[in-house]
Amino acid sequence: MLAKRIIPCLDIRDGRVVKGTNFQSLRDMADPVDMARFYNESGADELVFYDITASAEGRGLFTDILRRVASEIFIPLTVGGGIRTLDDFDRVLKCGADKVSVNSGAIADPSIISAAAKKYGDQCVVLSMDVKRVNGQFRLFAKGGREDTGIDAMEWAVRGVGDGAGEIVLNSIDTDGVKGGFDLEMLDALAARVSVPIIASGGAGTMEDFAALFTHPGIDAGLAASIFHTRQVDIQDLKRFLRARGVEMRL
Amino acid sequence: MIAIVDYGVGNLFSLRSSLQALGLEAEVTGAADRIRAADRIILPGVGAFGDAREKLDETGLVPVLLEEAEKKPLLGICLGMQLLFDRSFEYGEHPGLGLVPGEVAALREDLTDPALKVPHMGWNSLEIRRDDPLFRYVNNGEYVYYVHSFYARRCGESTLASSRYGNVDVTGVVRSGNVYGTQFHPEKSGSTGLRLLKAFGEL
Repeated sequence: MLAKRIIPCLDIRDGRVVKGTNFQSLRDMADPVDMARFYNESGADELVFYDITASAEGRGLFTDILRRVASEIFIPLTVGGGIRTLDDFDRVLKCGADKVSVNSGAIADPSIISAAAKKYGDQCVVLSMDVKRVNGQFRLFAKGGREDTGIDAMEWAVRGVGDGAGEIVLNSIDTDGVKGGFDLEMLDALAARVSVPIIASGGAGTMEDFAALFTHPGIDAGLAASIFHTRQVDIQDLKRFLRARGVEMRL
Repeated sequence: MIAIVDYGVGNLFSLRSSLQALGLEAEVTGAADRIRAADRIILPGVGAFGDAREKLDETGLVPVLLEEAEKKPLLGICLGMQLLFDRSFEYGEHPGLGLVPGEVAALREDLTDPALKVPHMGWNSLEIRRDDPLFRYVNNGEYVYYVHSFYARRCGESTLASSRYGNVDVTGVVRSGNVYGTQFHPEKSGSTGLRLLKAFGEL
């Protein structure tokens, strides 16, 4: 049976994990390589790295980190942040990324999805979207959730999948940071429209939130950052908990 | 030395790194003499079958691979495994290398539940059907990482292991003589994948 996936997300700025904290057992949890190692050992099914640096220097540090992680951690790695062109895809894939996620880059130039899918395969292209309810509509936001594009998010997803996106990360701005649970209503709306794997993001606060998420069969994975980084939720404990609840988990 | 066949298909970073991590000497190469000199061969691959077959043909390496497969262990991974079969129905019909009996067909065609997603992407448990030295360090039921939309069927006795997806037994590992194939990516399957590659290095 195909297992549901638990995915920690690491935001990286200038070579450091943003909001990474110091764990007693680890030397330096703000070091992305140490943190990736830790998550791999705790059973993370995949890792997502978002590059939130703006400078060329920061970008160089990022690819160097990616190369180091990919040299010793052999689970799928997804990379996002600042991906706008095929050259950006090429740069991170050469450093060991398996999948590349596009967000604002696809809004600025939607043809990046089909071009990348054609060159690297659908499985390599992840469409990441930040979505918020506006006047009763699921609206696509750009620039890290700061700008309303006016685009219907569900239409956007359908188009992205048609163009070759092989997976979708749906981040609900409405539930993000609230830790009150995933946005199940929004996720269900998406699952009804597309047939590629869906990764839920935004709102995880407890293990129960993941259990609730996976009662929705259209959802394939749960992604979170701070609850894992602060060790509020331990991935190994979470996976055992979910398996005991009847959710297929890789242990 | 393990020769990783380079024919311009796929990202070889993780494969090379994982063999390195195991202390296995590996060389990414498209040179016939290096493939002949190797004691093992890995045929990688991602993308579409027809395109990959064309690229492999362009390298002129097909006769070399067919010849060497009789002498030493060869492992095809993902699309590299699919190339080993008699033929594929991915966008038309294409001939495979004919090293392992079977054919490659669309997973969607054989899935009865339309709610199941294609590609079959993620970690699935491996059901070992026939014991083999390749599983020396791997237990029945361990999870491996798959990403594919087409799969091998009608493989007969060659199937060593499979993974269940809906009503379909997805062919996971095959073997015919020296020739092995894994539909999943051992280089992305965590410690399970590394242990499988370690066993391949000891065959």
